[in-house]
Amino acid sequence: MSVTNIGKQFGGLVALKDVTADFQEGQITAIIGPNGAGKSTFFNILSGALAPSSGTLRFRGTDMAGVPQHDYVHRGISRSYQITNIFPNLSVLENVRVAAQAFRSRMNIWADRSADSDSQDRASAMLASVGLSARAAAPAKFLAHGQQRALEIAIALVADPALLLLDEPTAGMGPEETREMVALIEKLAAQRTILLVEHKMKMILGLSDRVLVLHHGQLLADGTPKEIQANSEVRRVYLGQNDGYA
Amino acid sequence: MSFIRNAELVPAPARRSLATLFSNVSRWRVPLSILALCIMPWVLPSQALAVNVLIYGLVAVGYNLLFGYTGLLSFGHAAFFGAGAYATGIAIGAFGVHWFIAMLIGVLVSGLLATVMGMLAIRTRGIYFSMVTLALAQLVYYAALQASSWTGGENGLRGFTVSTLHLPGFSVNFLDPLVKYYAIMIVVAAALWFVSRVLNSPFGAVIEAIRENETRARACGYDVERTKLLSFILSGILCGLAGTLSAMHLSIVPLDSLHYHTSGLIVMMTLLGGAGSFFGPFIGALAFLSMEDIFSLWTSNWQLIVGVIFILFVLYLPKGIWGTLISWGKSR
Repeated sequence: MSVTNIGKQFGGLVALKDVTADFQEGQITAIIGPNGAGKSTFFNILSGALAPSSGTLRFRGTDMAGVPQHDYVHRGISRSYQITNIFPNLSVLENVRVAAQAFRSRMNIWADRSADSDSQDRASAMLASVGLSARAAAPAKFLAHGQQRALEIAIALVADPALLLLDEPTAGMGPEETREMVALIEKLAAQRTILLVEHKMKMILGLSDRVLVLHHGQLLADGTPKEIQANSEVRRVYLGQNDGYA
Repeated sequence: MSFIRNAELVPAPARRSLATLFSNVSRWRVPLSILALCIMPWVLPSQALAVNVLIYGLVAVGYNLLFGYTGLLSFGHAAFFGAGAYATGIAIGAFGVHWFIAMLIGVLVSGLLATVMGMLAIRTRGIYFSMVTLALAQLVYYAALQASSWTGGENGLRGFTVSTLHLPGFSVNFLDPLVKYYAIMIVVAAALWFVSRVLNSPFGAVIEAIRENETRARACGYDVERTKLLSFILSGILCGLAGTLSAMHLSIVPLDSLHYHTSGLIVMMTLLGGAGSFFGPFIGALAFLSMEDIFSLWTSNWQLIVGVIFILFVLYLPKGIWGTLISWGKSR
């Protein structure tokens, strides 16, 4: 995935300006920045939810301009959401199964959905790998917050994406759950490229291969966690204010 | 990872048996519905009521596909019901077409209308979707009112009667009320079987996902707009089919069948029975029309009583009759 001079304006408000970056395969890249820095906008552009006002987005050599959002996942880009975004009244298993089904059958009104054993198996395996098998039959809305976060990731992951976009995967989690999530992300990173937005500084610096810092919609810094920590500009706008911020 | 905090309590035996009962009811939903429909004319006070329940039950089932399963509140489904009825009536009355072809024409016309209305309405969301469907349906109503040389205008469409259903090898006397009931029932049963298949299909899973969370369904790789449109068309076709049956049953198409009152009736029946469940809409139609049948004997203001009951349902039992039964069964 590479982005070149990406910009986004909402009316008169410039949310992103001339952001250029390349994401190497197999790396974990974190995007940080103070609130309102344009992280979410950047993420929404990368996942196709928003079209950029200017600049180009290329994935595996193809220009993504004009590609509808629902095609992104079919091209290998899948995302999770900051605010838990699941199918609340469907069972936990069905949440993941319907996501897996998108790769088998989308508009078939005649077959029996239970005949699609491939999606069924993939969903069950995915639930097992995030530790939700015991809750497979429960409606998703009855899960605890941490479990819903895990389900959120499972839905994004069952697509087996080459590029996984995680929007604050540990939002609202306690230290124990955060550690489990970090372990999961590290496990995932072996097979795919991961991009994540996070607020938890220590977690990012320990986990990522590379960090991008956004500030007022512009790319302020781009480097390894060490370089970012040493960057005086970054310290001034971001790290300095967050001393003691876990 | 062990995100499990509160393990599921072991279900009590009573709860398990009720849950099994409900899952069995769900598995055998089509044969069970057909069985219920077979007994209906013998249980209800009149066969006229039974036929009405059949027809409006089918309308509500078709509507439920869009409202209960896809999550789109349309206030314009009278348009498809009425269009199916008018098209069939005109095909028979003005062109002398065979009843079966006339039915196909009715279904086709309502399907085309649903395609056009759907393409316009799907772009909007929430209350705007409801308002656009309402406005478009009223457009159809006024078109029918103006084109009185075709539709009979205010007097409704008259002058076509199907007295015998000619089938290859045999004929059915469509004037005998009981024969008529079972003839219509066969079509309704086939439609119920079709709806059941659609709900079980991968497409059925997608519309439920869209109802639950449109944003996520899109991110999962589903073309939300196309799926909604297909659901809208299928729903319109089912209502149109009910319209064709209504026309053949009554031998008249009242202009009111296109009016937004009818659209409101469809919404009320679906809510009363329980939106988003297979049996709900039919039960809603049965309950609504039975109440009308009973209360209209006492007072001409029966709508007042039905209205109060409907409000009580919306306030205290928002899942409707069947939906409340299901959740009661699950929670015990």
